[in-house]
Amino acid sequence: MPDALLSVHDLACARGDRLLFKGMNFALNSGELLLVQGGNGQGKTSLLRLLTGLSSPEEGEVRWRGEPIRGQREAYHAEMVYLGHANGVKDDLNPVENLRFADGLQGRAFDEARAIVTLERLGLSRCLDLPCRVLSFGQRRRVALSALLLAGAILWILDEPLTGLDIHAVALMEGLIRDHLSAGGMVVATTHQALNLEGVIVQRLLVGNVAIPELAVD
Amino acid sequence: MYRFLLAVLRRDLTLAARRRGDWLIAQFFFVMVASLFPLGVGPEPAMLARIGPGVLWVAATLASLLSLSRLFADDHRDGSLEHMVLSPEPTVLLVLGKSLAHWLIYGIPLLLIAPVLGLQFNLSWEAILVLDLSLLLGTPILSLLGGVGAALTLGLRGGGVLLTLLILPLYVPALIFGAGAVDGVMAGTGAEAHLSLLGAFFVLSLMIAPWIAAAALRVSLE
Amino acid sequence: MNLYTYASPANFYTLAGRLIPWFAWGAGILTLWGLYIAFFLAPTDFQQSEAYRIIFIHVPAAWMSMFIYLVMAFWGAIGLAFNTRLSFMMARALAPTGAMFTFVALWTGAWWGKPMWGAWWVWDARLTSELILLFLYVGIIALWAAIDDIKRGDRAGSLLTLIGSINVPIIYFSVKWWNTLHQGASVSVTKAPSMAAIMLQGMLILSIAAWLYTIAVVLVRVRRIILERERQTEWVKALLEKES
Repeated sequence: MPDALLSVHDLACARGDRLLFKGMNFALNSGELLLVQGGNGQGKTSLLRLLTGLSSPEEGEVRWRGEPIRGQREAYHAEMVYLGHANGVKDDLNPVENLRFADGLQGRAFDEARAIVTLERLGLSRCLDLPCRVLSFGQRRRVALSALLLAGAILWILDEPLTGLDIHAVALMEGLIRDHLSAGGMVVATTHQALNLEGVIVQRLLVGNVAIPELAVD
Repeated sequence: MYRFLLAVLRRDLTLAARRRGDWLIAQFFFVMVASLFPLGVGPEPAMLARIGPGVLWVAATLASLLSLSRLFADDHRDGSLEHMVLSPEPTVLLVLGKSLAHWLIYGIPLLLIAPVLGLQFNLSWEAILVLDLSLLLGTPILSLLGGVGAALTLGLRGGGVLLTLLILPLYVPALIFGAGAVDGVMAGTGAEAHLSLLGAFFVLSLMIAPWIAAAALRVSLE
Repeated sequence: MNLYTYASPANFYTLAGRLIPWFAWGAGILTLWGLYIAFFLAPTDFQQSEAYRIIFIHVPAAWMSMFIYLVMAFWGAIGLAFNTRLSFMMARALAPTGAMFTFVALWTGAWWGKPMWGAWWVWDARLTSELILLFLYVGIIALWAAIDDIKRGDRAGSLLTLIGSINVPIIYFSVKWWNTLHQGASVSVTKAPSMAAIMLQGMLILSIAAWLYTIAVVLVRVRRIILERERQTEWVKALLEKES
């Protein structure tokens, strides 16, 4: 446990006056995937938001490289990237511009060639100069995934990354997660869908008290 | 640090350039509010000159409030606000950049329109010059304090009206010093004292408002 | 951690329950005493005749309205800095009383203004500042009303009070400055030459009464907020069972 990159200690989370969970402990190391499972409204998204540092826990703490994230916000955010329900894609900009500003806001220099290669890899080669307003939901999600890849972060925190994606995109996403893990990255994700992740170390975490049917992970 | 600030600025300016409709609405609102006053109080030139500075200043505060409710709301809706808050740069810089962008987009045009409206209100050229100076110092205050209100009311029902309720009382000193400067020059007592006080209020807002707005933004996103 | 004993809502609930009667009785007795001085002992004013007696209520109310705002900002700052739940509850419990005193100050100001200036409302520096203070109170109460989430509401309200309290002196100064430039009507109460010692005494007693009243009402309100927020906890459940 002490040398785990990401660890959670006696975490408790409340929404309003309802306690979602308490006494949560887990640790995640590089190359590992944590699947957060649980029914709707059981606190999956709340947990992810705690892990990003967007919200603060009722009790306990989240640690990154052994230190509480509270005290090292900037260093942690440089190594972490979050993709929530909303894509964070501006409708008035085209995909390349979106990535340009995403890089600028992360304080990185923008590499246009690399951005285009990434967008093409995600199957967006025909949409490069269209405003994202005219793209489909799935295509916008792919733009968000491109930003995720370009961020070059170690830890990915993904909230329902597969929603709205077609079969090809799901396969692509699985490939991306596998590549990221084998390159030493870490992923924390919630999902309702089955994932095909051969040869990946998967930890599962059940949030909330309602038992749900086991998800097929292999 | 400067790269981040520049990135926020460039992003907001680009987005505003893509949505000129929103931008025009705020400017026309300013013109319309100011134009309603002569209709309400009558066209007598001496009276218009008397109330002109105050009317233009009140119209400017209302126009800036109109656009402030969207300062964070659009980015909140599509999720990009979370991404920006999760960037490795301090949130204070984000707020500062967005307030600055708001001022460039909505504040500067007011400076260009105000002289025309000043002529309608029968103000002398000297008074118009001071009016613009006071707006130059005062409109950034509106953007900075408004940022606090926009962050506090983020995502609330009726956020726009609530924002007005929260922030208008805080604008009072800017209104008094700004309109007072023009009054002063028209009454022959000079505008320097008013403008210095306005400048002091600007510096104070610049030092305090972004921190409170950043804290408010984190609270609202939680 | 002795200092924190009463920062825990459960302990504070009991303590507040024991203190309320003392403050309430104190407020009642001092009010009667103060009003007796105001209406029977204080001499009739040479210039302002009997109408001036309204200041015995106006001035303490105006003082309270400003103090309570600063006290709210203080509790808000403590809450933000140390994350103490009770501080936020205090801030919330104070706001309605603060708004009430501001309203009373405005109302009595108008009553006093009618015989003094011949108009119900004059843009006097003091009254104008009170009006803006009322706007600030209304803003905070409206913000709390709009936010359903308790935690967010507490923090957002405290931040607003904080920036408001930095702004209040500036507003007050700017309004005074505006008032002198426009030569508005202004009557200084405290500098009145006919201010007799007995008047000052009456005003002080009524101010203390207003303080005690505020503390009593705030404690009642805090107790209610505690019960509402802690209704899931064991001690509240036990308490409610015992009382029913």
